[in-house]
Amino acid sequence: MVFYTSLIWEYMKNYIKTKLTYRADFWVEVLSDLLFQATNLIFILVIFQHTNSLGGWSEAEVVFVYGYFMIPYGIFMSFINLWGFSERYIVKGEMDRVLTRPAHSLFQVILENIDPPSIIGSFVGAVILGICWVQLDIPFGIVELLVLIVMVIGSVMIYTGVYTALTAISFFSDAPTGILPLMFNIQGYGRYPITIYNRLIQVVLTWIAPFAFVGVYPASYFLDQEITKSFALLTPVVGIVFLTGGILFWNYGVRKYRGAGS
Amino acid sequence: MFSAYLDFIRIRFLMMLAYRVNYYSGILIYTLNIGVYYFTWQAIYGSQQTLGGFTVDQMTTYVAVSWMARAFYFNNLDREIANDIRDGSVAIQFIRPYNYVFVKMMQGLGEGLFRLLLFMGPGMIIACILFPVKLPTDPAAWTAFLFMLLMSFLINSQINIFTGLLSFFVENNEGMMRMKRVLVDLFSGVIVPISLFPGWLSGIMKFLPFQAITFLPSSVFTGRIQGTGIWQVLGIQLLWFAILILPIFLMWRSARHRLFVQGG
Repeated sequence: MVFYTSLIWEYMKNYIKTKLTYRADFWVEVLSDLLFQATNLIFILVIFQHTNSLGGWSEAEVVFVYGYFMIPYGIFMSFINLWGFSERYIVKGEMDRVLTRPAHSLFQVILENIDPPSIIGSFVGAVILGICWVQLDIPFGIVELLVLIVMVIGSVMIYTGVYTALTAISFFSDAPTGILPLMFNIQGYGRYPITIYNRLIQVVLTWIAPFAFVGVYPASYFLDQEITKSFALLTPVVGIVFLTGGILFWNYGVRKYRGAGS
Repeated sequence: MFSAYLDFIRIRFLMMLAYRVNYYSGILIYTLNIGVYYFTWQAIYGSQQTLGGFTVDQMTTYVAVSWMARAFYFNNLDREIANDIRDGSVAIQFIRPYNYVFVKMMQGLGEGLFRLLLFMGPGMIIACILFPVKLPTDPAAWTAFLFMLLMSFLINSQINIFTGLLSFFVENNEGMMRMKRVLVDLFSGVIVPISLFPGWLSGIMKFLPFQAITFLPSSVFTGRIQGTGIWQVLGIQLLWFAILILPIFLMWRSARHRLFVQGG
């Protein structure tokens, strides 16, 4: 454990050193990321100019879910950044280097690709959540805070599990390029009240690509929405199941991995 | 000379064709995006008859055709140009006996042709099967829409070329290109039809070129704009196309005086 903590520290120091060389890029990157996420918020704000409820959910409630969604998403984006994995580690063969070292391969790959600026999205999400929290007059105490933290951890585990498993496909196949962006777009469905979708999509979002658990389900624990509330407490459970599955599949992939030659 | 430019269309088209597998998942992604907005709009309409001048059927059609039109007109000309400038290969482009900006436009057209036939076309068919899309019955609407689609492509490419050429003047253009992409999606009406924006914002939008990319052609396709109104929106598109030539021309001219390629 001490070994892994010291590794995190060393990687962080390196990251900061490289980033400080390009300070202007840092802020531009942060700003454009936020703007990209803001389009969905703008969509929500515009449609509530024309209606009072979205499938029985008020504006503050939908924005509440949106704010919650941003928190685990920001954490996931800053710490689990596996987008270029196939290109960098399989095609260019960097995986061989990783495998010669004592630390767990997934741990190293994750640390080599951290992108801390994305965490700012989480802070913005927390502020949005806070504003809606006050507006909706939800009680706030130590219990709520603990539940919120557990939910966020559960959601991050789901992201990590799903994307680890999908990334591990690169150990078996050359071109899994299509499926990652596909998942990325499916997860957007988790931002809106799940009851507005048809049955099939609800089932997929709950049990197959469980992105309802990174947004609407855990957030509704704090809201008066009976249908989804019953699912909220499942968030950490689903998180553990998917994370374990993802890591097992990764390990299996590493065992099967033969290197790209030369 | 003209046939040389046509060749750029052909070459880019063939190049895209070689990588067509990459675009199959794109069709699915666009369908997913249409889906999320389709369900959201269904829930919003609930009790209301019209919103911002759209009936619920028109809105479904609008969402489907807008996203699939984006599948056609979208391109990365800005990034291509920025890369040429950053790695200095633009210097070679200067000494070749053609106009670099025209060549980029032609390459964009080749990509657009590919996207129209293998991305937007099949995507639209899938969208029509999955969602209750109402296609226009009036042949005039079809003709007008197809022509306006071409104009959307031209205007969007002009904005991309403009953004790409900014790399001549600023050191890091990355953020600008990302922001442009968000602004175009938001203000062209792909995400929300402009008529639903709050009054002051939709007022500003009337004086910007973005509406000509999605909102106007899609409005014709859904039948919100008919008859003589079509000529009017077509005029707006042509006007913006003409206006946007000027800044590109000026930028290109001053860039040639400014350019300083290191190494090589």
